[in-house]
Amino acid sequence: MRVVDLLNFAWQVVRGSLARTLLILLAMGIGVAAVVMVTALGEGARLYVANQFGSLGSNLIIVLPGRSETAGAMPGVLVGKTPRDLTLEDALALKRSHAVRRVAPLIIGAGDVRAGARSRESPVLGSTAELIDIRQMDMAQGSFLPEGDPRHSQPVCVIGATVASELFGTRPALGEWLRVGDRRFRVIGVLKIQGESLGSNTDEIVIVPLAAAQALFNTEALFRILVEAKSRDQIADAKADVEEIIRLRHEGERDVTVITQDAVLATFDRILNALTLTVASIAAISLAVAGILIMNVMLIAVTQRRREIGLLKALGATGRQIRLVFFTEAVLLASGGAAAGLAVGELGRSLAVQLYPAIPFQAPWWALVAAPAIALITAVLFTVAPARRAAMLDPVQALSRR
Amino acid sequence: MIRLSGIERTFLVGSEEVHALRAVSLEIARGEYLSIMGPSGSGKSTLLNIVGLLDRPNAGIYELDERDVTALTDDELARVRREKIGFVFQFFHFVPRLTAVQNIELPMILAGIDPAERRQRLARLLAEYGLEERAGHRPDQLSGGQCQRVAIARAMSMGPTVILADEPTGNLDRHTGQEVLSVLEKVHHKGGTVVIVTHYPEIGARSHRRLRMLDGAGVADERD
Repeated sequence: MRVVDLLNFAWQVVRGSLARTLLILLAMGIGVAAVVMVTALGEGARLYVANQFGSLGSNLIIVLPGRSETAGAMPGVLVGKTPRDLTLEDALALKRSHAVRRVAPLIIGAGDVRAGARSRESPVLGSTAELIDIRQMDMAQGSFLPEGDPRHSQPVCVIGATVASELFGTRPALGEWLRVGDRRFRVIGVLKIQGESLGSNTDEIVIVPLAAAQALFNTEALFRILVEAKSRDQIADAKADVEEIIRLRHEGERDVTVITQDAVLATFDRILNALTLTVASIAAISLAVAGILIMNVMLIAVTQRRREIGLLKALGATGRQIRLVFFTEAVLLASGGAAAGLAVGELGRSLAVQLYPAIPFQAPWWALVAAPAIALITAVLFTVAPARRAAMLDPVQALSRR
Repeated sequence: MIRLSGIERTFLVGSEEVHALRAVSLEIARGEYLSIMGPSGSGKSTLLNIVGLLDRPNAGIYELDERDVTALTDDELARVRREKIGFVFQFFHFVPRLTAVQNIELPMILAGIDPAERRQRLARLLAEYGLEERAGHRPDQLSGGQCQRVAIARAMSMGPTVILADEPTGNLDRHTGQEVLSVLEKVHHKGGTVVIVTHYPEIGARSHRRLRMLDGAGVADERD
């Protein structure tokens, strides 16, 4: 039997019983579409997180005060061993590492920001000139905090775009004075609109010199130290150096937590990948269900088409040819369903992109291959039993029953 | 050409063994026009199924064209059936969703014959059996006589050694039955071998040889 004839024969069957065909296409289509859309969602979330981390700055190492690990003891046992504060001196000491390019100490607090009659509550960031390069922020007007000894400060500040428009309206903000708490600062720069990245919105912040923030919030303790390694390859070296330098300065205690951006990103990556896989395999179960539906339909077909199968045998069809007829039918149905599913999945994806343009929904290539492949494989596997049964039909009995 | 010797066929009905055929021996020569006659249950259809390789005997030897076909596998049997046997059934038996011409084409499709060759043969068969105008109709749009002509055309499509017809007129009115018989006789006149199973004496009378069966055994073999 020629392949073309086989396909044509199966096509006649598929076309002949439209309701049955549509039902199977629907089941297969839903399965494939679900896999495609779910993985597109997962991959979109993963890429979104990766982009968010990317916008934080590259080769970034974050130093937090305190240790986030417990050594097996209950937290209560650690009473009296409060971690040492992270200080400006610690931050400056990190520059001794050859793997470190820049260091920006960070103090964060909330402050009442006023200019003339207007005021607003705003996060206030104390840092140094190097912050702009580490966080990769851009200036819209003026300049960032001046370089110089971070222990002493000038009364200047840099403000986010939202702060500028809310406090000064359309008036130029550069050179104006504003009050944060009980101190006065001259605005020397306005940040470019950047939007949100990982929950903090740089459009709404006020950045003041570190020493000023220390005085403002009456603390020496740093909230964080941002460290930029010289290159991607040197992140590990820089991390080791940072840990060692702080340990030496803290009397041999490892009482800080050092996070590399890569490690955080990798963790997110793992979590989201696991999530995507889990949900995708749940969706894949619907493909197996569709396979069972195909088996059911085929078994019914074998019973309904007993006489036809008997006739084909009488006309000289071998068992192999009968099996092939059924397999071709199953493959035809499954590939139709897979194609419909891919189309619907793509439709759903582009719809999601329309609704949430910020998230790059994109089904990964493996899902686009695996979903139709699973559909085909289940269809073929579940047709084995019905096809065997058809091939083994006794032609005399099949033809005699009316 | 067809030589059956000592053919036995038993069926198990419940726990009881029923002898459908007992030691049947039969020789059919090329170009014969034979009718197998007998009351229902006499084993004539079983004999036809064995001759047509749809069924296997429990004992005995069947030689078709000097070849012992009793020991062949199912797939080998299917191939022999495809090449050498043409069936005509009482209830026609078509693939209902296919047109007349597609049904006639089926044996050639199963045999994997080249499409150009198939078209030539189809054109010839349609003309020969007067089916050109009904070629594109599905079986349920054909009359009984047309159905049986399509079935005969299908049986002839592979140029078989023998045409086996099981009650070919059983489902037709008298006039159409005559018509179908004359079509089968035309096959015979062109040199084909025709075996008809029937219980109508007048059909038996038209054939040139009659095998009468009773209780699974041939009781008389008459020739004109």
